Amino acid sequence: MAALGAPLRTLRALRHAAGCSYRDSPAYRHVLAAFRAHWVTGEKLCRAQQELHFQAATYLCLLRSVREHEALHREYHGRGERSPQEVAGLVGFRLPQQPGGKG
Amino acid sequence: LWWPHSPPTRLPRPPPAAAGSGPVGPCGRRAYTPPAERKRFYQNVSISQGEGGFEINLDHRKLKTPQAKLFTVPSEALAIAVATEWDSQKDTIKFYTMHLTTLCNTALDNPTQRSKTQLIRAAVKFLETDTVCYRVEEPPALAELQKNEWDPVVTWAEKRYNVTIGSSTSILGPNIPASTKETFVSHLASYNMWALQGIEFVITQLKSLILSMSLIDRHITVEKAVLLSRLEEEYQIRRWGNVEWAHDYDLCELRARTAAGTLFVHLCSESSTVKHKLLQD
Repeated sequence: MAALGAPLRTLRALRHAAGCSYRDSPAYRHVLAAFRAHWVTGEKLCRAQQELHFQAATYLCLLRSVREHEALHREYHGRGERSPQEVAGLVGFRLPQQPGGKG
Repeated sequence: LWWPHSPPTRLPRPPPAAAGSGPVGPCGRRAYTPPAERKRFYQNVSISQGEGGFEINLDHRKLKTPQAKLFTVPSEALAIAVATEWDSQKDTIKFYTMHLTTLCNTALDNPTQRSKTQLIRAAVKFLETDTVCYRVEEPPALAELQKNEWDPVVTWAEKRYNVTIGSSTSILGPNIPASTKETFVSHLASYNMWALQGIEFVITQLKSLILSMSLIDRHITVEKAVLLSRLEEEYQIRRWGNVEWAHDYDLCELRARTAAGTLFVHLCSESSTVKHKLLQD
């Protein structure tokens, strides 16, 4: 259970997903309601509570990895390929002009 | 995974990318650039309950699948998570980050048109080349690491499902007895079609049936499953160094997809009831 971490982090990660008004977002309200519903239990081993913790940890992992993946994509893979003209220009060449088209 | 090719709602096509010059393709786009990302065309995302289940509304429009079916999901929690994905798109819609939406689209459209039996067969077939059963003999440090990290998971699976799996260093892989395969086939048959799409997705991502089952049975976390799946890569990274734009990129993408798949399976196969006990006076 300790490996799952605090469910509070899931709620805070929603902040990045929804923006400023994350407390009103349906996801935040749903997670909060689910935790409240499972808070009080007469059982010693509450399977539903453990399942909920696992689900929260999984959702947290999803939100966090999507955010990190997007950041890495933006930094390293966002620009697409260079055109042949740009590639030639990198080493100081120019592509030849062939008025009749390629042979 | 199958990418949505056409826009979910009927809207005019986005204008072709105008930046730069180069060989121009049939749509007026450069030949090798990725398709222009769609701008976010909606303000509010909400969910509503229809006849077939829960639907997603982008402003007043109902979300549709790439094959133009109405987007309905059986679980409210799943609908909320999908709505959150759509709502978290900023200026442009990045479909490659919307894993839950893609999984729902795949479950609704079933583009590969596979039956439940075919899905189960594809999933169990992975056991023959399961990552955690495929061991190396050298370098000895890696062989040791595989033994220490993967043996517990294999043992757990054998005990949990009452089967024999074992591991192998031969190129042919482990010899899985037919009774083991039958046990897994009948276990997977207890999941519904949607959950099975999710399970098969997770198996394809992790390259391991055993890791996927231990994840779905909540025996290990997503981070741990991904780590075990990438054990050899992690070993090489520790030896030779980390390359952020490749290693971390793959790691985050694998974590995101695996987490989405696991959440999808759980949300499609759960049903919860809350019983309130009366307080004794």
